[in-house]
Amino acid sequence: MSPSLVAMTIIFGIVLVGAITGIYSGFHRKMSLEQWTVAGRGFGLVFMWLLMAGEVYTTFAFLGASGWAYSRGGPTLYILAYLTLAYVISFFILPEIWEVGRKFEMHTSADFFRQRYDSPYLAALVAIVGVIFIVPYLQLQLTGLGIIVEVASYQAISRALAMLIAFVIVAGFVFASGIRAVAWVSVIKDVLMLVAAFSIGIGIPYHYFGGIRPMFYALTQAKAAHLTMPGSTAHMGHAWYVSTVLLTACGFYMWPHAFGSVFTAKSGDTLRRNAVIMPLYGITLPLLFFVGFTAILVIPGLKNGDLALLTMVRQTFSPWFLGLVGGAGALTAMVPAAVLILSAATLFAKNFFRPLFKPSMKDDEVAKLAKVMVVVMTGVALYFAIYSSTTLVGLLLLAYAGIAQFFPGVILGLCWRRVTTAGVFSGLLAGVGMAMILVFTKHDPFFGLNAGFVALCVNIAVTVTASLCTPAQPNGFKEQADAVAVGD
Amino acid sequence: MKKPPTGSLLLALIPFVAVCFSVPLWDRVYPLVLGLPFNFFWLICWIPLTSLCLWGAYRVQSRSQEKGAAR
Repeated sequence: MSPSLVAMTIIFGIVLVGAITGIYSGFHRKMSLEQWTVAGRGFGLVFMWLLMAGEVYTTFAFLGASGWAYSRGGPTLYILAYLTLAYVISFFILPEIWEVGRKFEMHTSADFFRQRYDSPYLAALVAIVGVIFIVPYLQLQLTGLGIIVEVASYQAISRALAMLIAFVIVAGFVFASGIRAVAWVSVIKDVLMLVAAFSIGIGIPYHYFGGIRPMFYALTQAKAAHLTMPGSTAHMGHAWYVSTVLLTACGFYMWPHAFGSVFTAKSGDTLRRNAVIMPLYGITLPLLFFVGFTAILVIPGLKNGDLALLTMVRQTFSPWFLGLVGGAGALTAMVPAAVLILSAATLFAKNFFRPLFKPSMKDDEVAKLAKVMVVVMTGVALYFAIYSSTTLVGLLLLAYAGIAQFFPGVILGLCWRRVTTAGVFSGLLAGVGMAMILVFTKHDPFFGLNAGFVALCVNIAVTVTASLCTPAQPNGFKEQADAVAVGD
Repeated sequence: MKKPPTGSLLLALIPFVAVCFSVPLWDRVYPLVLGLPFNFFWLICWIPLTSLCLWGAYRVQSRSQEKGAAR
């Protein structure tokens, strides 16, 4: 068998096992995400840590972070910082969100805005903005799948064709099994991913330089400037770093799927305790940076940095191992893609289409519409994936520029009595508009600052000013709570 | 939203200063520590240290809640 055939067979084998596990668990209704988390307490601490540590290896981290370490260098460090700080923010706001979520039976982020600001239109705006900015995130996953197939087939299968295959697999996966499937497939994925990360993160620098220390020594001799900011970029200096870290740390839990997951927690205290340990899961992430850094010295001159990790694996290990890493990577793209599509499709049908266009819609009609949206959204993401050449990290930053605009509405909604519907509405529009203008007119970074961060500042300024200019209004979280009068 | 105790907010501020605002102070290659460039080493260190700060914040919050409940 040729090397490409070996690698591709293993990748498809792993994807198949994943898909079958997903579909099989779909038949058994008991395999809910909650079940999985509850069962998790029986797993023991070490096993749980391993699973959660596997969770941080998304397509973005796996191919994107190593790719940026290769092509950009120093600025990639923002990833380590924002993942840490996102949990610091979550420590304070998630328990509060959970609290009101339980009181008013919320399921989505749009529900939060609907209740607090008493406006279906604001909720619909939140829903549609969420759906729009999930597209680049979805595109990231499809591009990742495309890259895996392209490299593992030794360039025999073109990226576009690979992404088309990926599109069919992901949509089919979602259709066949729904959210329940995801939990068990992620167990397989997390274990594989952790094995892959440790063997390549330590193995590759060892193979070429005899270890991580000599690898960095060689790199500092050859290209020391690459390792600090702005690295190999023109404008990504310290101002960019600070603004990007703040933007993405604020945006982290604003993702519709992440926001929705808050409501499934057992208590606010659980969320707080989670936030304390969550940063620790990211501690193995630098392994992927090591691969990107090694690649600079071993395979310089790649046009697309996102190919660096897999090209290194292909060059260093035998084809079956490339298949293993590729298969793990493929699951890593499929699982989040499924979660993203599902939450976006539901958000669109439940919080956008039904309240605005057809309030009489029954629940099963909503479900049907959501299924149509699955195909539409994946199709749109596929179109963009084929016709754009942004890096994986670039895509996520674009998505964050939009998603983080929910932050003022959420945080002010929780802790500022004077904030009004008109204020949040205009702030959100101004922020999203500003972000889009700056990004599409190629003004990112803007005077050295992340464009999404500039937009977020505009958003906050507009929200606060417009709120103060409009009459005060009752707090949607207070009214009923007072009526029930639970002493607290 | 009940205002979180000042102590817990201050503890949470530490990681922000350490890994975000103070970047010009630690964004350098030398000295290499354990073979890692200094900026890399610094950020990796702050992963467990952030957990530690949040653990402190958690303790402060639970203590103030207990006090609130007793009152």
